[in-house]
Amino acid sequence: MRPFVNSAEMWPSPSAPRLRVCFEDNHCLAVIKPAGVLTMGDHTGDVSMVELAREQFVKFGLMLCAVISLATTAAIVYVLVTEAVRFFREVSPIDFAFGTEWTPQFDPPAFGVLPLLCGTFSIAVIGALIGLPIGLLAAIYLEEYGRDSKFKRVIQINLSNLAGVPSIVYGILGLTAFVRLFGLIPAGLKSVSFTCTLLPALTLTIPLPLGSTIITGALTLGLLVLPVIIVAAQEALRAVPSSIRTASYALGATQWQTIRHQVLPASLPGISTGVILALSRAMGESAPLIMVGALTSISFCPGKIESVGQLFSNPQGALQAPFDSFTALPIQIFNWSTRPEAEFQHVAAAGILVLLTVLLCLNTAAIVIRQRFQKCTRW
Amino acid sequence: MAILQSFSELVHQRQHRESTKRSRPVETEVTKLEVKNLNFFYGEQQALFDVSTTIAERSVTAFIGPSGCGKSTFLRTLNRMNDIIEGTRLNGQVHLEGQDIYAPEVDVVALRKRVGMVFQKSTPFPKSTFDNVAYGPKIAGQRNHKVLTEIVEQSLKRAALWDEVKDRLNESALALSGGQQQRLCIARALATNPDVLLMDEPASALDPASTARIEDLIFELKQNYTIAIVTHNMQQAARISDWTAFFFQGYLIEKDHTQRLFTTPTKKQTEDYITGRFG
Repeated sequence: MRPFVNSAEMWPSPSAPRLRVCFEDNHCLAVIKPAGVLTMGDHTGDVSMVELAREQFVKFGLMLCAVISLATTAAIVYVLVTEAVRFFREVSPIDFAFGTEWTPQFDPPAFGVLPLLCGTFSIAVIGALIGLPIGLLAAIYLEEYGRDSKFKRVIQINLSNLAGVPSIVYGILGLTAFVRLFGLIPAGLKSVSFTCTLLPALTLTIPLPLGSTIITGALTLGLLVLPVIIVAAQEALRAVPSSIRTASYALGATQWQTIRHQVLPASLPGISTGVILALSRAMGESAPLIMVGALTSISFCPGKIESVGQLFSNPQGALQAPFDSFTALPIQIFNWSTRPEAEFQHVAAAGILVLLTVLLCLNTAAIVIRQRFQKCTRW
Repeated sequence: MAILQSFSELVHQRQHRESTKRSRPVETEVTKLEVKNLNFFYGEQQALFDVSTTIAERSVTAFIGPSGCGKSTFLRTLNRMNDIIEGTRLNGQVHLEGQDIYAPEVDVVALRKRVGMVFQKSTPFPKSTFDNVAYGPKIAGQRNHKVLTEIVEQSLKRAALWDEVKDRLNESALALSGGQQQRLCIARALATNPDVLLMDEPASALDPASTARIEDLIFELKQNYTIAIVTHNMQQAARISDWTAFFFQGYLIEKDHTQRLFTTPTKKQTEDYITGRFG
């Protein structure tokens, strides 16, 4: 009740004469007032203490949850950096990430994880290249042609199930389907070779069955990311307004022309964002790769290609690279962390840091692509 | 009655403008489109009941009526845009120059090139102005850049947009103003060289100045094209059309010369609508 009197005192106006307070205590106020001035307290804007406390409590609770997610990230980075810093005092990060020699037992020791990064990249990129066309075409079918058929609903439900299947299950599938080719290869057959007689003469030898090679890892990851790519592409296609499609049909375009010239270009940013996110998911996977038989020790770069230049100076190696045995960074990180030697814990932390940096770069690229293209298209 | 008189004035103004712009000889009207006993269904819901009418060549036919009366649905049956909507069916016939466009051998894609369409909401593609206009000819197989440039220039000139955009043909069409975008859509429809132009409330989302420009444009275009326009603006129908058809609850109530329909309607419902008693 006090504020009412105070406000009258603070902003006196001719129409609101000053009130004289006769008596007041905690809950009672007596004033001498002219006729016509309100005698009831005004409750607008009044908030009870309980309400106020609840608001604050809810706000604080929500914020706390948000902070936990932030704190997790901070904690991860803190733990990794403190662990890795001891390692990076001895080995520079550049030598670590781009070195090709792995000889920790020698003096001086060499810690180069480039073969691992190369393995990770080739598997993820080839996997995405396999998953992208299949996923994109499947999404186009589901969004543009499938309409509301029963078949589409079955595929759609199956997709959400596939997305939830643990990655190790894909590893078992990859092992049977790709590594062993369902055991369909006759016992006598070891490999097939294709020779290109152009200069320089190149020979591509495909082992049969495919065995634990980069291509089997890539095929497995390709299947793994397929549902992710399909769902992302579907969302991107769905975001293209139907007025664009209608306008295109009205100009005499066929359905495929409309998709090819209007819908796909308009949804490309969304699709590429989805592909990059799928790629970064594939890079972090280790379980399915262990299943298909990734090596547990450091090997050479695939096809012994250690720099971009060697792609051209050693075309034979580049051609054969997808059929080379492989290992990937997440697998080695797991391997190091299970070693008894304390030093390897630091190596593992450093490896994770490198992997995180790569994934962060990819995710940043996805965000940048989305932002840039959103500015160009508005409807 | 006062309202009828004001419509009569509008029509007179129009005729005055017509006579000052060019002397149009009174020609025998050629039927471009003929609709016979058309019934149209959205699923179980019937939207058009036994509509029969004709649309004369090189004239503007306006379709008026309250919301949901079926005028837009009717317009879209003329280039089979309703085919895109699932669960629609139709019986009856629509003849374009004597040929039934719903006959099984008709190529819908070719039909839509002959019967262009402009929508209420301007829908420029998120591409350059040039690419927007060149899209129709391109998908029709025109690859020659010189020919495309020619078509784009011609279409933009016909849509009275050329002078405003000729220096920025390669900029995004989304940067144009609302009125310019709508004229771009008209230019885009003209680029496929249609005979008939269907317009579904082409000016209802525009300001009065842009609306006036579109109306002038429609006036120009009717020399070469057959135009069918849906409008909920009766003044607009009176200003620009030669023929007006009044739809109500899926029925074509009355169709007549615009002047006659607005001054001496024969049906009670038409009179009630144009005098503003409902709708």
